[in-house]
Amino acid sequence: MKTAPSSVREPPARRPDRWRSHEWIVTLPSLGWLLALFIAPTLIVFSIAFKPADLFGGVGPGWTLDTLRSLGNPNYPAIVWRTLWLSLATTAVCLLVGIPCGYYLARAPIRWRNTLVMLTVVPFWTSFLVRIFAWKHLLHPEGPVRRVLTALGLCDSAATLLYNPGAVLLVMIYTYLPFAILPIYAAAEKFDYQLIEAATDLGATRWRAFRSVFLPGIRVAIFTAVLVVFIPCLGSFVIPDVVGGPSAEMIGNKIAQRAFSDRNLPHAAALSALLTLAVLAPLIVAWGARNRSGRRAVPVQEAS
Amino acid sequence: MKTSRVPAMTMWLTLVFFYLPIAVLVLDSFNASRFAGTWGGFSFRWYARLWREQEIWHALRNSMLVGVAATVVSTVLGTSAAFALHRYRTRLQAAHYALIYTPLVVPEILMGMSLLILFVSLRVQLGLFTVFLAHVTFCLSYVTMVVLARLQDFDYSIIEAAMDLGADWRQALWRVLIPLLAPGIMAGALLAFTLSIDDFVTTFFVAGAGATTLPIRVYSMIKHGATPLINALSTLLLALTFLVVWTAQRLIRDNSGRAVPGGGERR
Repeated sequence: MKTAPSSVREPPARRPDRWRSHEWIVTLPSLGWLLALFIAPTLIVFSIAFKPADLFGGVGPGWTLDTLRSLGNPNYPAIVWRTLWLSLATTAVCLLVGIPCGYYLARAPIRWRNTLVMLTVVPFWTSFLVRIFAWKHLLHPEGPVRRVLTALGLCDSAATLLYNPGAVLLVMIYTYLPFAILPIYAAAEKFDYQLIEAATDLGATRWRAFRSVFLPGIRVAIFTAVLVVFIPCLGSFVIPDVVGGPSAEMIGNKIAQRAFSDRNLPHAAALSALLTLAVLAPLIVAWGARNRSGRRAVPVQEAS
Repeated sequence: MKTSRVPAMTMWLTLVFFYLPIAVLVLDSFNASRFAGTWGGFSFRWYARLWREQEIWHALRNSMLVGVAATVVSTVLGTSAAFALHRYRTRLQAAHYALIYTPLVVPEILMGMSLLILFVSLRVQLGLFTVFLAHVTFCLSYVTMVVLARLQDFDYSIIEAAMDLGADWRQALWRVLIPLLAPGIMAGALLAFTLSIDDFVTTFFVAGAGATTLPIRVYSMIKHGATPLINALSTLLLALTFLVVWTAQRLIRDNSGRAVPGGGERR
């Protein structure tokens, strides 16, 4: 599938050179674009964190450590902590719900399966803002959920469902759950279920078989699900902005405030640099873990 | 063997959870009452009001302009990138792949923020042009992944055969490779278009004051007073997205005979 045998070619010696120049022609446009508009800006973010702000919302001359020092602002630890626990809680719930869903999808009869997978994927396609707005609409003081709960006597008329960390958690789960279900479904579909039967035949309870045969078998997919939920959660900005309010702010909100309300780009850049490092950490861990598990054979899957 | 009820229950509850907010929203867009909790009868009044909103039409025009331009450029760049990644197995391509892949996992706010800082440092005037540059940057990776998926089952001997039969590389490209890849390229283009039309976070950072796209307009409507107008607009957007993605799915399913759920989105 690489180049055809060169003996068949007419001028055999010149062929590799020609393909080589072709490689640059097809590689350079995308490579150049991403170097200029993805890599360069990321590097600039890190360097601007060491620059002073000027009064006009731009970047002043010279270098300073003041911006980094101002990250010591007493509000920040609380916001960083909230960002972390909301992201971790979202990831945990998405796994808890995503694993049984993925399992069910994989075990459903073929005729049903495609429809169910489609139904799971459809929320992916709808506008991100519209989905968040739908929840604001539902949880609004005049909205249906509130009315039903009040009618049932489950909440008093002064309670607010919106503008608290709980609302942010709910909408983040809503937004990212499909991202968790899909990789788990893909792995569960390839899993050999005779292994579970074998385990139960050998005396394991169903729960035990699920825990020590099925879960290790779809380990890589669980990793993927954690990454695709946790990382975007860390960078959330619209969800806490629309349903969260001041008591549920996350790092993303602070970045936007520094960039637009305060017009302090170096400060916003320092926060982005912090977030970039926070995003890179789980990626590197996952990459390391994947390489390790790649070297060790997966015994469960090889047994089939 | 007796099977557990837990997975089935979870699945069905999850589907209710997924569709309940959307269903309420669509239903309420036809509600004559402006209060979500009370049903004031079936009506198209919000759609009629929407029709007269000049700002929305202006924002839609901006979105279409950026969407079409970003789709064309990112499709060309992405197709060429996918071709390079598939055709060559060099160290350059390993780096190229990493560079294409990383934007898919980086949170949008970081891309928006870093592009804003780039434009401000280079003193580029923020506006529709900077929005276009940003959209090409994130669409590029998605187009590449979709076209690359199509290339996996592409047989290169067809190209070799064409060239052995006397086609030069231009003819091989335009008369063999591109027509055969057309469904994949179209699917990638449609995905790029939906992503561009739908993008809020990155756009918010690089748009500046004048360049209001549709999501930016929707956002300011959501932030400042939730009138039922947004329900109507959201319902129309839902219908539009379904239509476009349904077409994309059909294109991906074509020939290969199987559906690709999610069309490579965020995976």
